[in-house]
Amino acid sequence: MKKRSEVLYFTLRNKKLLIGSGIILFFLILALIGPTFTKYKPLEYASPRGAEPPSTHFWMGTTFFGQDVFSQFVNGLRATFVVGLLGGGLGTLVGMLIGFTAGYRGGIVDEILNAFTNIVLVIPTLAVLLIIAAYLQVRSLLMECLFIGLTAWPWVARAIRAQTFSLRTREFVDLAKLSGMKPLRIIRDEIAPNMMSYLVLVFILQFGGAILTAATLDFIGLGPTNTISLGLMMQYAVLWGALPFGMWWWFVPPGLAITAIVGALYSMNVGLDEIFNPKLREI
Amino acid sequence: MRRYLIRKMVIYALTFFLAVTIDWLIPRFMPGDPIRNMLTRVSVASNATAIQMMYDYYARLFGLDLPLWQQYLNFWKALFQGDLGISTYLFPTPVVDVLKRAVPYDVFLLVPAVLLGWYTGNKFGAFAARSKRLDNFVLPISYILTATPYMWLGILMAWFFGIVVGIFPIAGAYSFSLRPTWSVTFLLDLLHHWFLPFASLFIIEFGGWAIGMRNMIIYELEAEYSRYLNALGAPKSLVRKYAFDNAILPQITGLALKLGVIVAGALVTEVVFSYPGIGYLLLAAIQNQDYFLIQGCFLFIVLGVLIANFVIDLVYLVVDPRTRRGMVGESA
Repeated sequence: MKKRSEVLYFTLRNKKLLIGSGIILFFLILALIGPTFTKYKPLEYASPRGAEPPSTHFWMGTTFFGQDVFSQFVNGLRATFVVGLLGGGLGTLVGMLIGFTAGYRGGIVDEILNAFTNIVLVIPTLAVLLIIAAYLQVRSLLMECLFIGLTAWPWVARAIRAQTFSLRTREFVDLAKLSGMKPLRIIRDEIAPNMMSYLVLVFILQFGGAILTAATLDFIGLGPTNTISLGLMMQYAVLWGALPFGMWWWFVPPGLAITAIVGALYSMNVGLDEIFNPKLREI
Repeated sequence: MRRYLIRKMVIYALTFFLAVTIDWLIPRFMPGDPIRNMLTRVSVASNATAIQMMYDYYARLFGLDLPLWQQYLNFWKALFQGDLGISTYLFPTPVVDVLKRAVPYDVFLLVPAVLLGWYTGNKFGAFAARSKRLDNFVLPISYILTATPYMWLGILMAWFFGIVVGIFPIAGAYSFSLRPTWSVTFLLDLLHHWFLPFASLFIIEFGGWAIGMRNMIIYELEAEYSRYLNALGAPKSLVRKYAFDNAILPQITGLALKLGVIVAGALVTEVVFSYPGIGYLLLAAIQNQDYFLIQGCFLFIVLGVLIANFVIDLVYLVVDPRTRRGMVGESA
């Protein structure tokens, strides 16, 4: 009971965490309820006059083609959160799977998995994503999450492997082994709880990383083919002369949202780190 | 030392092997007839004989009638002869030639941005650590910088300095009115076009390394050896120097790990500034469905990252004596 209130105390006092989660919450709500307030579909040609600055009718202006930027923005935000959650989640899961297996098993299994991890670590992820995406004529958002998740895990696996390595020789693990516990249960009940805080931090970083990777893919034109995204908005803005014509309302919001979300995640990361690790607390 | 190098070389060789295999596998593994797909989308070949000619050429090159293992061997053979196919978008230039023309721009842009960003970021991070006022001000900015997508910073800088203030060009590597020569005017023009893409890459790199170094230094200053030095009454600058020497090692490993992300950042930055490196080429290749060029870009990017990784390994050997003596170092 006392421990819990202490964590709660430091959670409520931690500005980095509060500000970070506040920003995330703001954008999450915008992504959830925003699309119900839109007057037009994201790709619908709403304004016959082409590009217009923000007004009471078009809250965030219109694109070169007269599309409603607000509608594109809130729908793009949705896609961003989906990619972060699913892509980042999958990356964390695969990393945990490989890291725990390699670290706990050791021996030849570890050698093979470690070599594999090192190889995937060296290959530039984006290049692989590029070539896969280029050959797929139709791409969905879920596919993008899948690709990002399946290529983002190596550093997670490496870090978890190293920690599992040092934990598996401890007495409490030996005791669990002696009592006849199955390896999976030992990992789940004995080893994982010791790095729970670390796993949370890893997920947050993967979440942010997946968002940035998706933005890059979308920006090069290899994102989902059937939905709008923040990266795609920026690509259209660059390709259709938003810069020379000064249509700032077209390219500022998508990048700003990504920066704010990823920055807020980093801030939460630092804040949580301080809560989990008393040494880092500012007194 | 030999063992360390051999281990690394094996990893790189395996990586290259895997990359080439992916490069071979994906066009054959994906649904549909890749040649048909490609030719129906090619814009250059509009008459029937040209299409037939190209179909035959690609059919021979792909060798789709041969058994799979032979196709695979042929692919490797062609690769070692420097044959990556012919670009359909810039028909009839071989892909290798197209890429060779683009690579100098990438090197010219990436190497200074990465090295300078890394060096100054580390120096600054070490300087900012444990100084309350700097820390409170610099840390949030650095975090925002690392969270910024590369292309967005590029877009903002192009818009502000190129359009609003109007002192820098926002497209191309040199003015259209000039021809590439070694004259002073041309070189100045080249630098003028190079500055914005370079700066936008540099700034993001700087922020990332500054944060990393700041956290490392704080960690090192808490370590036993620092406390011991302090207890002995060593001057602050000496303790910091030792902390820096130790903290720089993970930063070197970090550079190797982050190369892929940095290269991806450079690709999109080039797209923003229409800078004629591989990134810009890649966008054109994707928009024109030029599969050979996409595959070529892929191989060049992988190769570049592997070479850079190897160079970093060699540097590591020089910097960390433990790896030379065959002991376990940071990167093992």
